[in-house]
Order: sequence, then C-alpha cells, then structure tokens
Amino acid sequence: MTLDGLLERHGGWLESGPDEGPVISSRVRFARNLHDTTFPGWASKEVRDRVWNEVLQAFDQVTGGSGFLRWRMDELQPLERELLFERHLISAEMVERKSGSGLFVSEDECRAVMVNEEDHIRLQSLRPGLNLQQALAEADALDNDIEKTLTYAFSTKLGYLTACPSNVGTGMRASVMLHLPGLCLTDEIKPVINAVSKIGLAVRGMWGEGSEAAGHMFQISNQTTLGKTELEIISHLDQIVLEVIEHEKNARLRLMETQEVRVQDHIGRAYGILAHAAMMNSNEALDLLSGLRLGTDLKLMPEIVRRDIDQLLIRIQPAHLQKAAGAVLSPEERDIKRAQLIRRFLEGKK
Amino acid sequence: MKCDLCDKDAVVHLTQVVNGEMKEVHLCEEHAKEQGIDINSPISITDILMGLGEAKQGIEHELSPACPRCGMAREEFRKRGRLGCPDCYKTFMAELAVAIKAMHHSTQHIGKIPGHEGAQTRIKSQIARFRKELDAAIAREDYEKAAQLRDQISAARSQADDAGPAEGGAQ
Repeated sequence: MTLDGLLERHGGWLESGPDEGPVISSRVRFARNLHDTTFPGWASKEVRDRVWNEVLQAFDQVTGGSGFLRWRMDELQPLERELLFERHLISAEMVERKSGSGLFVSEDECRAVMVNEEDHIRLQSLRPGLNLQQALAEADALDNDIEKTLTYAFSTKLGYLTACPSNVGTGMRASVMLHLPGLCLTDEIKPVINAVSKIGLAVRGMWGEGSEAAGHMFQISNQTTLGKTELEIISHLDQIVLEVIEHEKNARLRLMETQEVRVQDHIGRAYGILAHAAMMNSNEALDLLSGLRLGTDLKLMPEIVRRDIDQLLIRIQPAHLQKAAGAVLSPEERDIKRAQLIRRFLEGKK
Repeated sequence: MKCDLCDKDAVVHLTQVVNGEMKEVHLCEEHAKEQGIDINSPISITDILMGLGEAKQGIEHELSPACPRCGMAREEFRKRGRLGCPDCYKTFMAELAVAIKAMHHSTQHIGKIPGHEGAQTRIKSQIARFRKELDAAIAREDYEKAAQLRDQISAARSQADDAGPAEGGAQ
C-alpha cells in the first residue's frame, strides 16, 4: 500500500476497540540501539545508512514483517512526513530527519518502527482504548523478532543504552491519550495534573500545553525508565489512568446534575458552529469537536458515533487536509477546507 | 555513605523533594567544594546536575577527554546532554551517575534482558530484583519475607559463581 492508500483509511488504531469513554488510545514505545554503533545524532551518513540496511534485513525475521510498509525519510515529501506525524506514526523530531532515517508501519498502523530517530530503533505499539497490556505484549513481540538478527547495546547495570540518559533502562515510554472535557469544564483539571505529576508521571496536552490543551486532550506517560520492570511501570500508569477516568466520570455526572442546561447549551452550540461555519482554524475545530465528543458520551447526540469524531480529529490536521486536496494550501484555504469537511460529515449524519 | 562522584566518604548530604519524590545527593568535601556548595544556602539538585559540567576541572586530568570509541569530547557531551555511542556511558559515568540517579531514583535495571545476553546477566538481574523486594520488605518491617529474600539472594549468588566469569556487554 502507498502513502495515499494509508490516507484512504482512518488510522487503524482508531478503527476498532473497546468503548472506553474518556480514553482514546494506549501506546508503548521501546528505544533500542545497536551494539558498538554510534547513536544516530552523532553518527556519519555511512553509519546511519548501514543501520537502516541492518534493520531492513532484520525485518525478514519479523512475524508478518513483509507486510510492513516502509519509507526512507529522504524519499518522502515534507507534506507526507507531516502526514505520518499527524497519524502518530513518527515523532516531530523524525519529520526533520532525512538521510538514513526511515519508517516501518504495519498495515493496520498499530505497530511502527522509526529507524535513526534519536535512537537507532524506536518501536511502538498503538492500541485503541485503555489497553496498555496488549500494547506492551505487541511491542515486546516485535522487539524479540527484531533482535533475532541484531545485537542491542545493553548493560547489566543500566539496561538498554539510549542516546539520552532519560530513556536508559527499559527504554520504555508508555502513554495513554485521554479526553477530559468534564475536568476542564469544572475547572478541576489543574489539581489533577498537579497530582499526577507528583507521582512520577508526565501530563501533556496533545495539542498545546498543560491545562490550556486544545480539544481537552491529554497524554499521561511514565517519566522514569530505570529501576522498575516494564510491567511495574505499566501497572502504575494503568492504575493512575483509571483514577483519572473516575474523576472525569464524576465531573461529568456533577455537570449533568447541577448544570444540565449549560452542558446541553455547550454541546448544542458546538454542533451549531461545526454544522454551519464556512471557515475554521485548527484550535477552534479541536475545541468544538471535543464538545461533540462529550455529547456522544453523554448520549445527547445518538446520530453521531464517537469513533467518527476521533477520525475527524486526525483528518482536520493541516497535512491531511492538503493531501486530500492534492495541493499545498494557505492557512486560510485550510480553514475553508476544514470547515467544509466537518460540515459534510455532519450533513451525512442527519 | 560514599560520595556520588568518587570513592571517598560523603560529608555533604542533600535531600530535596522534587515532584513529590525525595532525591538525594551525597558528596565528599572536595567535590562539594568543586560544586560550589555553600551548606548554609538553599540549593537545588538541578543546579548541581547542571553545574557538574563546569565545576569539575579539579579532577579533569583523571577523566579521558573524549570517548575512545566514537570520539565525542567531554565538552560536546556536556553541551548536548546526549551521548555519542553506547561506550560513552563508561567514558562519562562520572557525570552520568548523579544525573541518572536524580532522573530515575535508581541505578539498577531490573526489566527486560535481550535474548543474546547470557545466564550470568539473567542471574544478576534476578539478584537486583530480589534486592529491590528486600528493601521493600524491610521498609514495611516484614522480616520473615526479608529473611527469605536474603536466602534467595545468596542462593542466586552461588549460582552466579557456578555460571562462570561475567560475559560481554558494557557494565
């Protein structure tokens, strides 16, 4: 499948999954490096090319490896790299990388391997809903397959050796993407962020920073990678995420008990603007779609499926709009296309 | 208690609560002076970690100026905060030890082990996990469990001796 083929689909990790309310997706990422080999940021072009070729060969040993799509960053247009970033398949740092850097993606987009980002190998498993255990099992299996032919840099004391000491040890970053409009609308999000940060986890806005996050989307992840087993890290994250979900659900209940009309007004207005606006920037769209998503969770809009909204959240991003239009668009042109896309989606739901 | 930067006894012990977790730094008199620590003034661990780059001229001659494998100079490493290659962990361990302890509150990996590592590594990792459990048992005053773990550790140690000398891989 080509990159255009990818665009026709809506992000495999969004296509199915348990009904988890505030949880959008779970991700587990491993950082790995090759034994006796200079890290990508300090390596020559020759070394980076050699690493790419070694990983390419290692994929012959990966279960279903031949089905993985693969691209070298230098053969992709800037817009295509942005597109991969918007689909959570590569990092912002990877978008800028070229020679020797590349990507492997399973057809369902649930597994991806970045080669020559900050580390030689960054492999991830992305799953819909709260499903860290499955994401870990898949990342683990992919990791085992890749190391059948490659020797990783490893120390008995420090574990997997990474370019940045903040990843050393398990090399694992586990994260959960959450939609928390209840906590945002009740102004309870700040204390929750503070509490979560105090127990060794990091909270980031998916788009934008901290409690100002656009679309009320947040990502919670582990901060430390050394001194705990992978399972311990995941269990801790899982437990805290469940607590945050509980707080979010309580906040929604309180909102509906004490301010039902205000909530209906908030969601109805979001729908009204989304259904009729002719121009819409990214942040406004994210915030209004967040309102719509809350509406589906509260069963206020039976005609709209939450999964469709999650897919829209990706399709309204700049590179996706431009790729769909087949042209480079100015910000204003993008705002027009974005409003059009959302309007048509809602018209189809009437 | 040993100094975090050398084998001398630590005379300065700093404790700071960061993000709700306690972090400790222990330094001998010489290294405390080098870090410019005035025991009477408040100090942040971050400052010490960041300051490690500039204040270590005193023992500079003992440390290799660059990584023998990838050639990354000590100055370059301090500037980037990123390592050049896996061997840099050995070359720059003096700086890294404190930073890693502060970041992760640990200096011992107990997670996954690559398939190519030998029996020796697996036993060592098992001992590290037992030790962690032992600390937890002692902290909750579960001495029965602690005694059990102590026995398991010594059994694993003799197993390690039987498994022969340590195999490859950076330490």
